[in-house]
Amino acid sequence: MFYIYCPYCGEHREEEEFHPKGQAHIERPKEPEACSDEEWGNYLFFRDNPRGVHHEMWVHAVGCRKFFNMTRHTVSYEILETYKMGEQPSITADSQAKPREAAAVSQQEGVRA
Amino acid sequence: MSQSKQQMFRLNTGGRIDRSRTLSFTFNGQRYQGHPGDTLASALLANGVDIVNRSFKYSRPRGIVAAGAEEPNAIVQLGSNEAAQVPNVRATQQALFDGLTACSTNGWPNVQRDLMGLVGKLGGQFMPPGFYYKTFMAPASMWLTYEKYIRKAAGLGRSPMEADPDSYDHFNQHCDVLVVGAGAAGLAAALAAARSGARVIVADEQEEMGGSLLASRETLEGKPADQWVARVLGELASYENVTLLPRTTANGYHDHNFVTLHERRTEHLGDTAPVENGHRQVRARLHRVRAGQVILSTGAHERPLVYAGNDVPGNLLAGAVSTYIRRYGVAPGRKLVLSTSNDYGYRAALDWKEAGCEVVAIVDAREAPAGDWVDAARAQGIKIITGSAVIEAKGSNRVTAARVAKIDIDAFKVSGPVQELACDTIASSGGYSPVIHLASHTGARPTWREDILGFVPGLVKGVQACGGAKGTYTLGDVLAEGVEAGIRAAATTGYTAQTVSLPSAERLQQGPAVALFQVPHEKSTLRGPKQFVDLQNDVTAAGIELATREGFESIEHIKRYTAMGFGTDQGKLGNINGMAIAARCLKRSIPEVGTTVFRPNYTPVTFGAIVGRHCRDLFDPERYTALHHWHVERGAEFEDVGQWKRPWYYPQKVNGKAETIQEAVARECLAVREKVGILDASTLGKIDIQGPDAREFLARVYTNKWEKLAVGKCRYGLMCKDDGMVTDDGVTSCLAENHFLMTTTTGGAAAILEWLELWHQTEWPELDVYFSSVTDHWATMTITGPEARKLLAEISDIDLDRDSFKFMDWRSGKVAGVPARVFRISFTGELTFEINVQANYAMHVWQTLFKHGEKYGLTPYGTETMHVLRAEKGFIIVGQETDGSVTPEDLGMQWAIGYDKPYSWIGKRALTRSDTKRENRKQLVGLRPKDPKVVLEEGAQIVLDPKHAIPMPMVGHVTSSYYSPILDSGFALAVVKGGHQRLGETVYLPMADGQTFEAEIVSTIFYDPKGERQNV
Repeated sequence: MFYIYCPYCGEHREEEEFHPKGQAHIERPKEPEACSDEEWGNYLFFRDNPRGVHHEMWVHAVGCRKFFNMTRHTVSYEILETYKMGEQPSITADSQAKPREAAAVSQQEGVRA
Repeated sequence: MSQSKQQMFRLNTGGRIDRSRTLSFTFNGQRYQGHPGDTLASALLANGVDIVNRSFKYSRPRGIVAAGAEEPNAIVQLGSNEAAQVPNVRATQQALFDGLTACSTNGWPNVQRDLMGLVGKLGGQFMPPGFYYKTFMAPASMWLTYEKYIRKAAGLGRSPMEADPDSYDHFNQHCDVLVVGAGAAGLAAALAAARSGARVIVADEQEEMGGSLLASRETLEGKPADQWVARVLGELASYENVTLLPRTTANGYHDHNFVTLHERRTEHLGDTAPVENGHRQVRARLHRVRAGQVILSTGAHERPLVYAGNDVPGNLLAGAVSTYIRRYGVAPGRKLVLSTSNDYGYRAALDWKEAGCEVVAIVDAREAPAGDWVDAARAQGIKIITGSAVIEAKGSNRVTAARVAKIDIDAFKVSGPVQELACDTIASSGGYSPVIHLASHTGARPTWREDILGFVPGLVKGVQACGGAKGTYTLGDVLAEGVEAGIRAAATTGYTAQTVSLPSAERLQQGPAVALFQVPHEKSTLRGPKQFVDLQNDVTAAGIELATREGFESIEHIKRYTAMGFGTDQGKLGNINGMAIAARCLKRSIPEVGTTVFRPNYTPVTFGAIVGRHCRDLFDPERYTALHHWHVERGAEFEDVGQWKRPWYYPQKVNGKAETIQEAVARECLAVREKVGILDASTLGKIDIQGPDAREFLARVYTNKWEKLAVGKCRYGLMCKDDGMVTDDGVTSCLAENHFLMTTTTGGAAAILEWLELWHQTEWPELDVYFSSVTDHWATMTITGPEARKLLAEISDIDLDRDSFKFMDWRSGKVAGVPARVFRISFTGELTFEINVQANYAMHVWQTLFKHGEKYGLTPYGTETMHVLRAEKGFIIVGQETDGSVTPEDLGMQWAIGYDKPYSWIGKRALTRSDTKRENRKQLVGLRPKDPKVVLEEGAQIVLDPKHAIPMPMVGHVTSSYYSPILDSGFALAVVKGGHQRLGETVYLPMADGQTFEAEIVSTIFYDPKGERQNV
């Protein structure tokens, strides 16, 4: 069970208070009518599924009801940061040392028993 | 019978048991005696009970092997009565209490003379490795037959058939430092952390804290080690910042240092919790601990050697032999042969000898063992056979002899003549495996250390391992590591810890161990007698070899194919040996083969503890409206809508007999159509929306227009997701220029509020608008029917004139003397007033309505009648007519779509995608069965040609279907491909029983198609 720092409440709370809301930083096209069907389909349906650093949106559903973003490692489940809506992540897949990342991932190979 | 005769393997002195008190207990129907301080296992050994179970697959007799959580055989069913039954209890972990009743989980009709044993060999061939997978590939119908056989024979324990009388608690805990395991390392760590002032929780799974120090030959400060344990525990107990949890197993290590602890508070006292001062004590607690730092001082499990016949009762772990002698005052036999690959094993022989029993020989796999314990054994005159191992245990129900031979480990063969040594006990030691289970729950992979021949835990952030869990086995080093871990953990959580002066431990000289896992036999592994790797799952060395020959190379696959380390065992005893055997067969190293990942729970947890108080009435919260008690008193049947309890229908007594649901619904429907009915609609979601941009916001989230909705007016709105699919609907009213009240479906209330917040917070933060749930603040009473106006007029000061208070208007005023908002909207098609009052006035208003309503025939109706009435009018229910793949156009609700609104509202763009514009989309229509007596099944599939060969092309399905009392006919709503163009066509509904119903596609509005009745 995650231990999540709500950037609005300013404290760690249990995962039970939060809902995950999918990939962060998906912006609705400003002029939907100008989008082709394919572009609109990409906005609606296509999401990244990275192994490693991922930016997710969460909501403090039974707390302050605020939406915020989280940078989380999808292999170790480590939460690297949480930040307010409208802010940019300070940690990204590119900012992480790549060779170390690859080594960490290969260590995690294997199926859970 | 004298006591000594009864406990013939009990030593006269020694151990941590209280010989002055005697406890009696029953095992497999036989009465025995033991002492306080015993476990069930030590008491069974004291009484000379060799066979405690039958094995899972081969039905072989099995005895006690270990003294702790790693015990694979002595798994019992506990409980003196039906309600107290507990399966899967390890006898080695169950404290003895007076009156304890246990039986073997395996073995029918009894363990001594097992019927299955006669067919054991057949059963073994019947169930080769991969048995489950191979049978699944056989005709599937055979599985049921196999399964019955397996369950009966396997004895997986059974659940009680009566309700558990006990209660269980959940505790949410926070601490700076959680120490798991209170042996030498854990106590040292806890002491260092506790003295810094950090909040410390110490959890230990045993009856007493102290771990191996409770039964150690080694001294601390020249005194028995348990004296140091007592002193440290005394100090820890005196600190307010320390919580000591004995009999508490850390079972799961979850994300972000969340550890679940299973504390057994009364299981050492009786099989149900004792009653004190009239209150039954809480039997167990589940602590949900969020720890700043975790210290894993879980110690190590000894590895047995894998030799032929190593499962015959009388084969024990060397360390377990020492524990039984030193901690419980029991010698589990008379004549011992010890087979070892290392110095540690020698302690068992020394303890055995000191207990006054005969050590036949120590068989050491090393050519030239040297070390202080080896010297001590020589000094005692114990015979040591070097370069050799026990290659086979003889005996069936108990060991009778050990076959000993020189072995060549590298060549994996027996290299000298075999001698047979008569004995009744064989102890073996292949070294230690650190207990890495908890660390591996986090997903971190363990690392192999060649110097200790074991895996040490991989560690995530915020956790340290120390002592045996880290592969450190020398007492002085273990203590030093513990202190260091405690100091570091305290420092990391913001405390300053000083070093702790450690008691002086003996510095013992030790020789290196040799890597020995499976012992070679004269015959090959596949042809020789069985060598067991995993005793609980009956996995043999041959089984693993066979798996590698059949092409399984990954250890994860071998595990699944052979069942090694499955179930409640989780590979505590056998996994490393199994990996070593796989490595030998595949000609790889152990780290190349790798290890499997252990799963929670470490040992079984009773469901009671998992459930805690979340059962019966507290299983799921129930939400009641302000009028709930009235409905109960009126005899309503209730329907669950989300967590809400809503009146479903109100059966009346007719001639002393309660109405059926059909009779009640027919009566309620006609009352609304002909007189007046009343519905408690309080559960409808209500969201108060305020702010200068509230109107603009509504225009963006709803499909229809809002800019002209005047104060005092209401409008039905349809809400889509951005994929264009309908997600909710409801009426929103303009309370003031910047103030609206939105209603949602009962089930959608919370999700819609979150949906509105999502758009406001992430896409349109510039809009000045605020949302607040007011569902519980307002009670809603719907009075509907031709007499509604007359009834309301009697108790309200609002002008109800049809021209001043029009359909889709709302007014505020007094109803029954209390402030109210009255909405003239209709979900029945009849003249309707929805009265909203502050929830705590609701009962008064409701009762006043009934006082005045009797003469008008006021009839309460429930959700079932509501459904029929709305369907007669073709009003949809989101989630019934829609399923996330239905657009407003599919519903025929073009009138509710504002394509020309300036802002591209949610869902608009998707409605012009090629798929949403398709002509043959499933569209909402009405269905009139050709036979009016027929009520179609909801969900029934619709076809155009019932004579078409199977599979018939399906063109849609029934979404709602009822009997209409006013029409005296069945009718339905359905979605049909291209349905809007098919009015008047006949469709067919083939049913599972072979009948086919015919129906005509008609308008969705079955009653009052012009909508005149709601406008009167």
